[in-house]
Amino acid sequence: MHKVLLVIQREYLARVKKKSFLIATVLTPLIFPAILAVFVWIAVEEKENQSLRVIEVVDETGLFFMESSEQYAFSSSSKTLEEAKALVLEGERYGALYLPKMELSSPQGIQFYGIENPSTALIGYLEAALKRKVEDLRLYAKGIDPVVLKEIRTQVKIQSLTLGEAGEEVITDATVNYALGFLAGILIYLFIFIYGNQIMQGVIEEKSTRIVEILVSSLRPFQLMMGKIVGIGAVGLTQFLIWVFLVGTLSTIVVGVLGMQMPQQQAMEMANPELMAATSGAGDLGGILHVIESIDFVRLIVAFIFYFLGGYLLYGALFAAVGAAVDAPSDAQQFMFPITIPLLVGYMSLFVFVLQDPYSSVSFWLSIVPLTSPIAMMGRISYGVPFWELVLSMGLLVLGFLGTTWMASKVYRIGILMHGTKPTYRTLLKWIRTNH
Amino acid sequence: MLEIHKLNKSYGSHCALSELDLRVQEGEIFGLLGPNGAGKTTLIRIINQIIEQDSGEVRMDGVLLSGASIRKIGYLPEERGLYKKMSVWDQLIYFSRIKGLTALEAKQRVNHWLERFEIASWKGKKIEDLSKGMAQKIQFIATVIHQPRLLILDEPFSGFDPVNAALLKTEIINLKKEGTTILLSTHRMESVELLCDQVAMIHKSKKLLDGSILDIKSRFRPAQIRVTLELGNTALPNQWEVESTEENRVSLLLPLQGQSPNQLLRELMSFGEILAFQEVFPSMEEIFIQQVNSSVDA
Repeated sequence: MHKVLLVIQREYLARVKKKSFLIATVLTPLIFPAILAVFVWIAVEEKENQSLRVIEVVDETGLFFMESSEQYAFSSSSKTLEEAKALVLEGERYGALYLPKMELSSPQGIQFYGIENPSTALIGYLEAALKRKVEDLRLYAKGIDPVVLKEIRTQVKIQSLTLGEAGEEVITDATVNYALGFLAGILIYLFIFIYGNQIMQGVIEEKSTRIVEILVSSLRPFQLMMGKIVGIGAVGLTQFLIWVFLVGTLSTIVVGVLGMQMPQQQAMEMANPELMAATSGAGDLGGILHVIESIDFVRLIVAFIFYFLGGYLLYGALFAAVGAAVDAPSDAQQFMFPITIPLLVGYMSLFVFVLQDPYSSVSFWLSIVPLTSPIAMMGRISYGVPFWELVLSMGLLVLGFLGTTWMASKVYRIGILMHGTKPTYRTLLKWIRTNH
Repeated sequence: MLEIHKLNKSYGSHCALSELDLRVQEGEIFGLLGPNGAGKTTLIRIINQIIEQDSGEVRMDGVLLSGASIRKIGYLPEERGLYKKMSVWDQLIYFSRIKGLTALEAKQRVNHWLERFEIASWKGKKIEDLSKGMAQKIQFIATVIHQPRLLILDEPFSGFDPVNAALLKTEIINLKKEGTTILLSTHRMESVELLCDQVAMIHKSKKLLDGSILDIKSRFRPAQIRVTLELGNTALPNQWEVESTEENRVSLLLPLQGQSPNQLLRELMSFGEILAFQEVFPSMEEIFIQQVNSSVDA
């Protein structure tokens, strides 16, 4: 045990001391806000720099009146199409919208002329405006006043609640659950992949530099393997916790800055969602806060850490075995399939099945089977999962971890001393069967 | 010190060691000789508990090998390496700690060895920044840092440059003086002939012969006598093998055919002035080849 600690310590310090670790740890949480900021900045700049674009409308039907917006102004001065095109070419107009005589039931032949290729945003804007106009005209023709119709239009919103065993009602909102499941699932997937690869690289390094023969004359191969897996896992956990801390601090600052600009009422609502829910029904923000409040975060976090580590350990052992079986990273590809396929299945089904319907039987099985459960269960958990399912899934994950570790240690102890031979799946199977 | 009894190991259908017996005495340098693939590395790995034997036993100081033996053994494998990105200091501390030294002991020992080799200034350097020769020194220190009672060196002189090989030889002799038992394995028999007290020859998983070098060599007489003569007027008998001739000096290699050296000497005196008269033993390599051939014939 004492020696495993030494290995863990070495693996941990060797990585944490690296400059690349520091850079990745500090910069990664800044990258997403930075990218976001750049996009927002570009969009704002564009809007501010854009002068009003004037579009000449050539309306042969005489039915359409286009309302100008902040970006686009429409001029309808009964020009012919040729005159309008000339204006565009002279640069007097940004573009020309040609509305020929048409059947309103199937409007056809509408064209837009411009020097530049118009943006999809502009075309979309024009299409939407024309669609509205045509619909209004046709309603009017059938004797319905569009104003009356607008009055009749109603918004319906369903508030979803779940009933607990004792009949207690909890407001839910799938959007929040979706976001949480999505985030947790992806984090686990990335963590397993990135740090699993580091395990593999580390094992290959020790094997190819032949350090391993000296090491295994001092400690058991199993101690070496576990020390490496746990040490690298600790690096990942450290990095993750620093990220959580950084993101937390950053968002507190951002919210703080934004909070000063927020109207007082809204700030009050944020501070006291119950009061707000009582006074104004379930508004959007209050609703989300309510849902967030109703989620059992302690359970969520405990489960996250469990699946985070459980999944990592389960796959980490497999990554170590692959590293031990090959001489160079380039040879590792052939043995990566059994690892990447279940991981990818877990990842893909997170979107295809689990987040779409967390209670379907596919989602259930995905969250029970150890190879996919770390990702799938995290996708489901914020929706609420029966306790027995959680226990079953966690229990199987522990068994799965013991199983892969057992298998991996057999491949590892033989593989690390093998040089120059390229093993096949059959030789790996033979190594696993070897008794010692 | 080390007793090996009826050791067997095979990999699938390939037999690496069969019924091997060895006995290494405290404080001696024991040479394990044999060509590549004879089973030397397998034997060494079993002593280091890297792999397990199929049957038979290995005892150290009369006790079967266990986790506690690790602390007593130092091992320099044939293929060796260090962590490239780790500093000399961290590396040596790590290797001594996993051998079972406490943090304090490890520090003292590392300092001691760095000073012994006058390389204390390398402490903070990474292995990748050292020359190959420098790294070899560190490798050697890592092997002996925990003061092993048994030092196992697998092909120690391969891969070392001549300067470091000489240094290694000196250190091996020093360690022997300090009481360390050394097991030295090599396929280049001539390189260790002068170093070893005892040797064992292994060929195709089996032990061919063992004993002290002198013992083996005298067992493998007929020894021959190398003679340098300044020729007189008498012609030499035809059956005598002349190695070289320089003016009227000849060098002869003569077998002792039932004679004592003195009888031969007397016979020689009649042919001229005797300038040199020396007994010549066959080299270990010749004995080995002779042994392999005779075992094939048998």
